[in-house]
Amino acid sequence: MKKFSVLMLTLLLAMSMLAGCGGGGKSGGWDPEGDTIKIGVFEPASGDNGPGGKQETLGVEYANSLQPTVNVGGKDYNVELVIVDNESDNAKAVTAAQSLVSQNVSVVLGSYGSGVSIAASDVFKDANIPAIGISCTNPQVTEDCEQYFRICFLDPFQGSVLANIAHDNGAKKAYCLSKLGDDYSVGLANYFAEAFKELGGEVVEEQFPDKNSDFTSYVANAKKAGCDVFFSPTSIEAAALIIDQADAQALGMPILAGDTWDSNVITNAAKGKNVDITVTTFYPEGNSPDFDNGIKAWLEENADKKTNNGGNTDIAAVTALGYDAYNVAIEAIKAADSGDPAAILEALPSLNLKEGMVCGEVKFNDVGDAEKTEVFVKKCNTEKGAWDLLKVQVAE
Amino acid sequence: MINTWLPYILAGIAVGGQYALIAIGYTMVYGILRLINFAHGDVFMWAGLIMVYLVTILPIWASIIVVIIFAILLGTSIEKVAYRPLRSAPRMSIMISAIGVSYLLQNFALYITGGLTKTYPTIKWLQKSVKIGSASTKMVTVITPILTIVLVVLLVLLIQKTKIGMAMRAVSRDFETSSLMGIDINRVITVTFVIGCGLAAIGSVLYFSNYTGIQPMSGAMPGLKAFVAAVFGGIGSVPGAVVGAFIIGVCENLIKGAGWTTFSDAFTFVLLIIILMVKPTGLFGEKNIDKV
Amino acid sequence: MENTLSKKTKNVLTVVAIALFLILVYIGDITISPGSSWKMMITVIEKGSIFALVAASMNLLNGFTGLFSLGQAGFMLIGAYTYAIFTIPAKSHNAVYQYFDGGLIKWSLVEILEDKIGIVGHYIGMLIPMIGAGLLVAVIAFLIGIPVLRLKSDYLAIATLGFAEILRAFFQWNTLGPVTNGSNVLRKYATYDNAIFPVVVSGICIAIILLLINSTYGRAFRAIRDDEIAAEAMGVNLFKHKEMSFVISSFFAGISGALLAMFQTTINATPFNTVMTYEILLIVVIGGIGSITGSIIGAFLFTAASEWWLRGLDAGSWLGINSSLMRPGFRKVVFAILIMLVVLFYAQGIMGSREFSWDSFLAWIKGRPEAIKTWPARRKAKAAAKKEARATKAAARAKAKAAKDEGEAKKASGEKLFTALPVSDEVMVFGKEGK
Repeated sequence: MKKFSVLMLTLLLAMSMLAGCGGGGKSGGWDPEGDTIKIGVFEPASGDNGPGGKQETLGVEYANSLQPTVNVGGKDYNVELVIVDNESDNAKAVTAAQSLVSQNVSVVLGSYGSGVSIAASDVFKDANIPAIGISCTNPQVTEDCEQYFRICFLDPFQGSVLANIAHDNGAKKAYCLSKLGDDYSVGLANYFAEAFKELGGEVVEEQFPDKNSDFTSYVANAKKAGCDVFFSPTSIEAAALIIDQADAQALGMPILAGDTWDSNVITNAAKGKNVDITVTTFYPEGNSPDFDNGIKAWLEENADKKTNNGGNTDIAAVTALGYDAYNVAIEAIKAADSGDPAAILEALPSLNLKEGMVCGEVKFNDVGDAEKTEVFVKKCNTEKGAWDLLKVQVAE
Repeated sequence: MINTWLPYILAGIAVGGQYALIAIGYTMVYGILRLINFAHGDVFMWAGLIMVYLVTILPIWASIIVVIIFAILLGTSIEKVAYRPLRSAPRMSIMISAIGVSYLLQNFALYITGGLTKTYPTIKWLQKSVKIGSASTKMVTVITPILTIVLVVLLVLLIQKTKIGMAMRAVSRDFETSSLMGIDINRVITVTFVIGCGLAAIGSVLYFSNYTGIQPMSGAMPGLKAFVAAVFGGIGSVPGAVVGAFIIGVCENLIKGAGWTTFSDAFTFVLLIIILMVKPTGLFGEKNIDKV
Repeated sequence: MENTLSKKTKNVLTVVAIALFLILVYIGDITISPGSSWKMMITVIEKGSIFALVAASMNLLNGFTGLFSLGQAGFMLIGAYTYAIFTIPAKSHNAVYQYFDGGLIKWSLVEILEDKIGIVGHYIGMLIPMIGAGLLVAVIAFLIGIPVLRLKSDYLAIATLGFAEILRAFFQWNTLGPVTNGSNVLRKYATYDNAIFPVVVSGICIAIILLLINSTYGRAFRAIRDDEIAAEAMGVNLFKHKEMSFVISSFFAGISGALLAMFQTTINATPFNTVMTYEILLIVVIGGIGSITGSIIGAFLFTAASEWWLRGLDAGSWLGINSSLMRPGFRKVVFAILIMLVVLFYAQGIMGSREFSWDSFLAWIKGRPEAIKTWPARRKAKAAAKKEARATKAAARAKAKAAKDEGEAKKASGEKLFTALPVSDEVMVFGKEGK
């Protein structure tokens, strides 16, 4: 018993040490007397989804630069972005989300990648702070979490669109490559496989482990199995390596991928190579010229932002979505006429936004998902290293 | 049959050669210091990363030379700063120090790159597509095993025929006695690190020309696998490490080809554990090694 | 000693301190609103106490038995999964195992017991899978230990690291999906609702570890650490004791895994990788290898620093300092440098191999004013000593150089210094291991 006591005491000491060094003990809640409203940005800046998370954050920052204040109750408040890095890691996501909550944010935007969003949803739920998912396409994010909303389409929809594209191009056998332990990747591969099998196709499924950089064998496997299409909903990191190997080994079949691949990293990697890449995505460059020109100019002005965008001013779909997300948050704050999380939470379901949204209408359903019916299909132009819009697929 | 498996075997030989170049660093350092240099994989990653930045200001051939020099400097300074002061400390401390250095190198790379994957510069000649039989692959796949074997022969000659090589053998036999015999231990260790890191830098050029993305964790897995290769071949033995690396590279790719992709990394460790259980001295190791 | 407190006073002090701490945590968790910056402290206490447990369990193995094992993350993984699998409510199975038709196990221990015996059943339903998780890990560790524990230091380290990696792949294997949910997260399982839960559970577990360390077994462990051959000669059964330490350590790693699952509310296998093991190891090192108190302090410091205090370093301003150097990732660099400094210059860590005691604590407090007063003098003395050391070293170097020059000169004049030994011409490059 004595030792146990000793131990507990050390815990006490440790805690008092923490308390001594911690920040000020201001109590929670939004303060209408102040002059700011904080919006949390819960995005990966490192790890597998780092590049995508950064591009998504850019959209939010750009929207913030256009609309840095919001009028609530007749008073202008500055909107302050609180950005945390969830490190693309489900274990780190919880504390990252907690640090947002403890900084009194009124609403949270993010994240890129579904796993971290699912992991953090309980934190937002406990704190009763609304969160707006930007490009987390896995259905589980908003299921059973009243606080989580989302402004992009879902994987079952995206998977069936992709399966239809494959089917329409005459593919009979598809090779599905997803990443072990990645909810997004495995989930989308599953929905694709389901839909493709329903269309009468055959599917070969394989998964690659974390930190893998040798895709030679996977490309060889696809060839060996006699597949007609190579479907790989993976992170951007893996994508560049897959493209490289596909070219080196003359894959000889079209590559299909989901929204993650819509990035200039991919077009750069595919430039001048003998590959055929088709992706589905949220936004094609050129859909909203005002937005395109505005953000390009903004990226040119800010060198460090341009670096985060991969060194050029090509617009990733997630950037456009990030822009929309910020505006949805602002509209929700206006509709609630308050910076109080609970009030914003109540106002969100009633929103019906069309104006100013670059990726289409936002209207949330019972689950909290914006019902998006459009999917843009893009094809990589390997000569120019750019995306060509192939078609717009509308759900029935 | 052979046509089906050829691409896997080719890929395996290539990646095996790259593991071999890293494994030599592990095996030599272990041979002399009895230390698993956990940071070695990260030196390898840094060599790749520096190359990305260097090509923007230097021509490719010059960059490769600077990269090799950089890796050597990095490796030897790690030894001076993090390992030398702990030489008389318990073995666990020096290993912890190695883990700490690895953690630092990875995090520093994370900071520098901002978490973004860097694309390795294209070395046209290495990345040219070539056809071998029915399989098409990159030039680097063909070059790697040849270059690896040439370098290893040179290294073995160095160890067998030169004075410093003799000193290295002496130190690896008996650390204390050789220092009593007037061998400058520190110099021998520095040379070991120079050779190990130099080869790792060459390995990084080959490896990243083949798998062109570099991120902070890029060195961790190849590093671990190279270490397993060194154990497999019998730690302390340079030819053993090379043979081990080729075997691991080929097996790993064949396993992926057989459809066991989930376990392609785990397989390496299964192999390691089997080897440690059955023949702890590895393929080429001598008996009486104080491992078990 | 004149200042020793009576045993009774000490016991009273400890009980009061613990009670105070627990009450503070409990009340803190209830009253602090989620938006307060103090909420972060509660989070740190939760996570810190979980890592304190796993660090203590690693310390039992590495610090007290001298077995350098790096399998801790793998064992936590099994613990976390075992706990989660048996506590997912029946109605959530279809949502969680959405790709596997609701999974294989369609019941939750928590629910079954809650139906039978009410709220007490709820907690028993949580405790049983938690302890079960520990036991399962212990069994697996027992099996792994049979071959692995024959290995020594670095080989043991790399073999256990390998096992952890194999386990991770195994849990992500699609074929096991109906049980482990493959690559997808497990979620919706029962969690605790007050921060006091992980603190109490970890506390009890660490207390058991402490009792073990101070028992005859603990002395046997230390004997093995200090000198295996001597320990064996004294009649300590090496394998039995190593295996025992390994199994017990893994048991507690499993429990902490279950706690971590509760803390995170969702788990998947990916984060349980080598980096996690390294972080646990670094906690042990910071606290002091061979001190359980140190591991606890280390765990809290590590968690607070990495999750809370240093976060500002990523965001661009920290303690009022603004710098463009501070961008994402800077926090981790600073942190890694701090750790290297500890490893190189402060190798014994915070506590060395000492444990906390009231006597030394009070003595330390009493010693502070004096220590602060004499600090300048001590610093001066230290500087002087350093200077002297440098001078001695320089003198020695000069002497050595002189001797070498002399030798060179002799050599040049043709004098033979010593005869060369015959060199064997075997193919082996590096041969037998020396001492």
